[in-house]
Amino acid sequence: MSDSSHKSKTAKAIIVGLFITCALGALVDLLFLSDSFDKHAAFEWENWPGFYAVYGFVACVLLVLVSKYILRPLVMRDEDYYE
Amino acid sequence: MNNPLPPQLIILIGGLLIPLFKGKLRLVYMLALPLFAFFNYLKLEEGIYWTYSFLSFDLVLGRVDKLSLIFLNVFIVITVIAVIYNSHVKGKMEHFSGFLYAGSAMGVILAGDLITFFIFWELLTVGAAFLILVRKSSRSLGAATRYLLVHVVGGLVLLAGIVLYINENGSADFGHIGLNGISSYFIFFGFGVNCAWPIVHSWLSDTYPESTAGGIIFMATFTTKAAIYALLRGFPGEPSLVWIGVGMATFPIFYAVIENDLRKVLAYSLINQVGFMVVGIGIGTGLSMNGSAAHVYSDILFKGLLFMSVGAVMHQTGKVKATELGGLFKSMPFTGTCCMIGAASISAFPLFSGFVSKSIIMSSAAEGNRPIVWLALLFASAGVFHHAGIKIPFFAFFSHDSGIRVKEAPINMRIAMGITAVGCIAIGIFPDQTIYPLLPFEAPVYEPYTLAHVTGQTLLLLFSALAFTLLLLGGIYPAEIRAINIDSDWIYRKGGKAFYAVMDKSLNYINALAYKSLIAGVTNNLCKMAKEGPTRAMILILTPIWEVSGVSAEQQTDLKKNLRNHVENGVFPIGITAFLSVVLLGILFFF
Repeated sequence: MSDSSHKSKTAKAIIVGLFITCALGALVDLLFLSDSFDKHAAFEWENWPGFYAVYGFVACVLLVLVSKYILRPLVMRDEDYYE
Repeated sequence: MNNPLPPQLIILIGGLLIPLFKGKLRLVYMLALPLFAFFNYLKLEEGIYWTYSFLSFDLVLGRVDKLSLIFLNVFIVITVIAVIYNSHVKGKMEHFSGFLYAGSAMGVILAGDLITFFIFWELLTVGAAFLILVRKSSRSLGAATRYLLVHVVGGLVLLAGIVLYINENGSADFGHIGLNGISSYFIFFGFGVNCAWPIVHSWLSDTYPESTAGGIIFMATFTTKAAIYALLRGFPGEPSLVWIGVGMATFPIFYAVIENDLRKVLAYSLINQVGFMVVGIGIGTGLSMNGSAAHVYSDILFKGLLFMSVGAVMHQTGKVKATELGGLFKSMPFTGTCCMIGAASISAFPLFSGFVSKSIIMSSAAEGNRPIVWLALLFASAGVFHHAGIKIPFFAFFSHDSGIRVKEAPINMRIAMGITAVGCIAIGIFPDQTIYPLLPFEAPVYEPYTLAHVTGQTLLLLFSALAFTLLLLGGIYPAEIRAINIDSDWIYRKGGKAFYAVMDKSLNYINALAYKSLIAGVTNNLCKMAKEGPTRAMILILTPIWEVSGVSAEQQTDLKKNLRNHVENGVFPIGITAFLSVVLLGILFFF
């Protein structure tokens, strides 16, 4: 998990690849701004450009922060807690 | 051979004979059983099979309709896969327990009345507990005990509900029950325990990680999915299930993020996936419940695949904690690939099974205009990708190199994982040819592959992955720590000890007090009286006589001592006996 684990070339390539794919995905999402593509949206917010991208990103950041800073201090115990 | 045989009995009775076979022959036999069961499954048509009478009730071993058929289908399929995966295991007990577990699950699915249902439901618990026990460690013994404890309580509540229900309705038929009246609440809660509802869920995350590498395939399949079946049958459209399901889908993912034991991470994500199914049952439309049934099918496959790949890692390395693993992809590329296919399926990537089945539930939540439910499920979808989709493969096969060099998993494990991986992809790409024809309820056909839906889901997942990467690079992602996280099983694990301490102090105090006053006090005095009473009486009578006849004090002491001995031993010199007889006769004569 330390920085050393991300130094390999493959890891760097994967990370760069992910950035590019994300950017391309965001561009595809912009297509829906034109009228020729329909989102069949059930809710209004699905029509907002980038809704899914932002929601996914924010959801995961919140998930990690809440788990790390709220849940873990409450529930973490030594491995032999029940022994 | 035109009449089909009951598949559950083929598995159960056939399973009893497994210990008679050895080596290759045993493998052939164990494969033949579920295949023969499947052959009989294919001959089943909708209707009632195998009825019998018990205590003036007409009971049904085989109620066959589309709902029971889809569950029966996937239960038999996963049994075949698990037999292949476990075929290297030598212990007879593990195989037998697996068959007991699988057969009772099929019995639950096919039961047409509540009595048959309950019998198989309890057998299910026994099979699961055995399957935990076969690991033969003190931890698994503890886990099996806790598993039984929780399920026996749940089972008793269910039994109470069933007895009341039969009493109210005069019939044991198992159909739509619906929440009305105390009996239905008991039944509902009994189902809920096995379904791992929030707070009563902890038996699952507590005990599943203690089972064997292969046993967990059965565990991940039967108990919770049989409960989903029971809820679909008895409580379709029950509104409270929507919120119970949302709770199940969301809270475990927080635990999964900070959990170190990879199989425990998967156990939490199992609850999360079952949550989606429960929401589908709660919404209660044909589409949503088809979504639940479809998700049962795909979840059994992809969760089985994930557990199998982590199990293979455990089998090869003897380790299962994120802190101890990493960098295994070079050693185990096939297992790693299968793990990623399972991860992509559970995360609902387009072209994988979860995309089809989970989307049906999401879409029915949108159709029912339930924005909060929909947003919560979308959050859960992003979260499951985060912990099961990325965390599991990343920490096992990539991340930092743990230095472990092992061989690829045995061939039987690879075959089992390969078949399951193909199944996950087949459902994802060809839903019309695979899973849609099996769906039990009347509903419009759902088309998952629209441009908008594929883009939306892909973006959600891509940016979740981006968040994971940035948090990891930024050092914010919580480091894996060798630790455990307490959950609601704390209530009975620590509460149990506190209960023991309180009972120990209070009951043992009462016990000691009772001993002191009754056993040591009253009884002892009674004994003493019985033992020494006669002597004392005699001494009382004899002392005046001795005094009169002029016996000295010293002689008297000797005489008393002798007398005591005589009385204790029950022997008297003839003189005294004759004297006493005269006294007694005198007493009798005068009174």
